Amino acid sequence: MKPAAFNYAKPSSVEEVLGLLSEYGDEATILAGGQSLIPTMNMRLSAPALVIDINGLDNLNGISDEGDRLRIGALTRHVEIENSELIASHAPLITLAMPSIAHPAIRNRGTFGGSVAMADPAAELPACLCALDGEIEITGQNGVRKVVAKDFFKELYETDAGDGEILTAIEIPKISAGYRSAFDELARRHGDYAMCGIAAHAKVDRDVLSDLRLAFFAVGGTPVIATQAMSAMEGKSVDDESIFAAQSALEDDLEPFDDLHCSATLRMHYAKELTKRMLTTLSARN
Amino acid sequence: MTNEIEQIPVALTVNGEKVSKLIEPRLSLVDFLRNELELTGSHIGCEHGVCGACTVRVNGEIVRGCLMLAVQANGGEVETIEGASDSGKIDDLQKAFHERNALQCGFCTPGMLMTTTELLATNPDPSREEIREYLSGNYCRCTGYEAIVDAIETVAQERKGA
Repeated sequence: MKPAAFNYAKPSSVEEVLGLLSEYGDEATILAGGQSLIPTMNMRLSAPALVIDINGLDNLNGISDEGDRLRIGALTRHVEIENSELIASHAPLITLAMPSIAHPAIRNRGTFGGSVAMADPAAELPACLCALDGEIEITGQNGVRKVVAKDFFKELYETDAGDGEILTAIEIPKISAGYRSAFDELARRHGDYAMCGIAAHAKVDRDVLSDLRLAFFAVGGTPVIATQAMSAMEGKSVDDESIFAAQSALEDDLEPFDDLHCSATLRMHYAKELTKRMLTTLSARN
Repeated sequence: MTNEIEQIPVALTVNGEKVSKLIEPRLSLVDFLRNELELTGSHIGCEHGVCGACTVRVNGEIVRGCLMLAVQANGGEVETIEGASDSGKIDDLQKAFHERNALQCGFCTPGMLMTTTELLATNPDPSREEIREYLSGNYCRCTGYEAIVDAIETVAQERKGA
């Protein structure tokens, strides 16, 4: 349970990081919060020759208001996001998801960018970004590019960020008037990896939902946007009939898997139950 | 690729004392504290961030000592259970854990105390549910948690009355 030996670099600029990445190729790895990377290194699932600690890149820190969107620096810690008024006002889905991300000691250290770059299929933030059409900013030798969330998460632990590139920020459109968000997940222990989770976002007019987004996590290799369930619900009042139609459509949207924690059948059951909860929560008048 | 490992000089403050060492990058913070400084109060359970036995405070915030490299604490301030205990500021918590039987084997207790200290600093009047949620990242395999929650609730109430 000790990592294999590696060398350590702590650069002070993104350019320096890019230089090291091009020199070392896939023998180098980027260390942000380390809350997913270090466990894999301790278990020797990964054994990089060089660890590039980016915690000295102060300009990757912080949350800023960019007019119609928020920009979150890749190194911003979960705890800062959890307590941010800007996020609570303009991206409440993220605030709702935060308490489910691991435990306080891990949220003190883990970073928003790290969670997105790791692309763990059971992670909350990738699904939230898919529900909100967030954009991921990637910096490489050829400059800066942005990718929308649904195109960023490619396969299990695979993202659109290539070798030699680094995730530098995430942008989230501010919530529009009339829209609401909801979030829930089911895990064996609070804060553990979910067996099934959901991020939901919709325009709500009384109990009618439109422009609905349902993004699931922990049910596939990447976040899954449940397009069939979304269209089954589009423009409908939330009632027993529409909830049942959305739940039935999940059979086409999801291909859940068995693992140690939960069978595929149970995952599908959870997905249907969570869908019901989310639709009810979104439409609840307060 | 042959990989010659370069040792890294670190200088940090641990429980108020300045420490300088030359260390391997792969050394975790908790191994550094235990093996280089002989501060064995922070325990090593799972070594992948699940059990919370290695919880220490770095620059004022609790972290997993197994999920941070010692080199990353360079220039920082670390507090372990030894420092927290010697300072006297958790005397009431330690007493309540004892009185309420909030430990049996004691392996998880240093981590429990470090986590509780942060909980009560950020939320002086937590509900039982909030206590359980904050401690969700600290495993105890003896007590069933009920006595731990009792002890913390008692201290929160005592401090409120004080």
